Amino acid sequence: MPDLGKYAEAVLWAYGVSLLLIAAIVVLSLWRGRRVRAEMEETEQHSDG
Amino acid sequence: MSLWEYANPVKFLGLSERLLPWLWGLAAVCLGVGLTWGFFFTPDDFRQGASVKIIYLHVPSALMAINAWFMMLAASLIWIVRRHHVSALAARAAAPVGIVMTLIALFTGAVWGQPIWGTWWVWDPRLTSFLILFLFYLGYVALWEAIEDPDTAADLTSILCLVGTVFAVLSRYAVLFWNQGLHQGASLSLDKEENVADVFYIPLLVCIAGFVALFLALVLYRTGTEIRVRRTRALMARQMRAEVRDA
Repeated sequence: MPDLGKYAEAVLWAYGVSLLLIAAIVVLSLWRGRRVRAEMEETEQHSDG
Repeated sequence: MSLWEYANPVKFLGLSERLLPWLWGLAAVCLGVGLTWGFFFTPDDFRQGASVKIIYLHVPSALMAINAWFMMLAASLIWIVRRHHVSALAARAAAPVGIVMTLIALFTGAVWGQPIWGTWWVWDPRLTSFLILFLFYLGYVALWEAIEDPDTAADLTSILCLVGTVFAVLSRYAVLFWNQGLHQGASLSLDKEENVADVFYIPLLVCIAGFVALFLALVLYRTGTEIRVRRTRALMARQMRAEVRDA
């Protein structure tokens, strides 16, 4: 861990919140994408049947 | 081969399936290397100390926040002129990613500004235009959600996107229009005198590449999701019509 001195709080907050936001948009996008794909496949099966 | 071929949803999905593994991989590698390099292996700035490490998040996210809007503008113009649904859906898919990029830029700017400027926020031209751009992003997403008919929603959000472009341009060039405010000039410039030092510049470029790849991966993936939502709705509407006809 580098010595961040008096700026430690600012730097760690910036990295923590930014990485959290990036992780959130990636996870939510993947989760919604999978759910929508499953719904579409189910609807396609219904319409084929 | 023409670019317009990819206005066909099936061809677009095929292309994005091929590109996505590479883009996710590139984003993970560039962000992993760039942020680790910037955080652990770059020196402190002689004036700003260790707070300079925030640059590896602030500059790439601000760049992507503005460029995401320009991408939405291009997609909106294609929708208005050529009525390709994929372009309208791509604009819709990009907006939440733009919101996240704008939030990161605003938050990292505030926590960087507090120790360096002595304030979290100031009504500086660049900061103010950036905040208005953020509000436009929120309005854009709200408008998509508020209108039931997707074509009407695409029309109205495209107009909103054209209007909001004024603030995207201001966010980018405010420091040149008004020679005032606390925000410094551009960190990246073709003028070597104005640029940040090489020791910060190279990891910053790696982080920017990571943010660009992440943005492209997210927009391609989310556009695919929007295309599937549209297809599901069309299939369900067809089924309902068939059921009504049979009854």
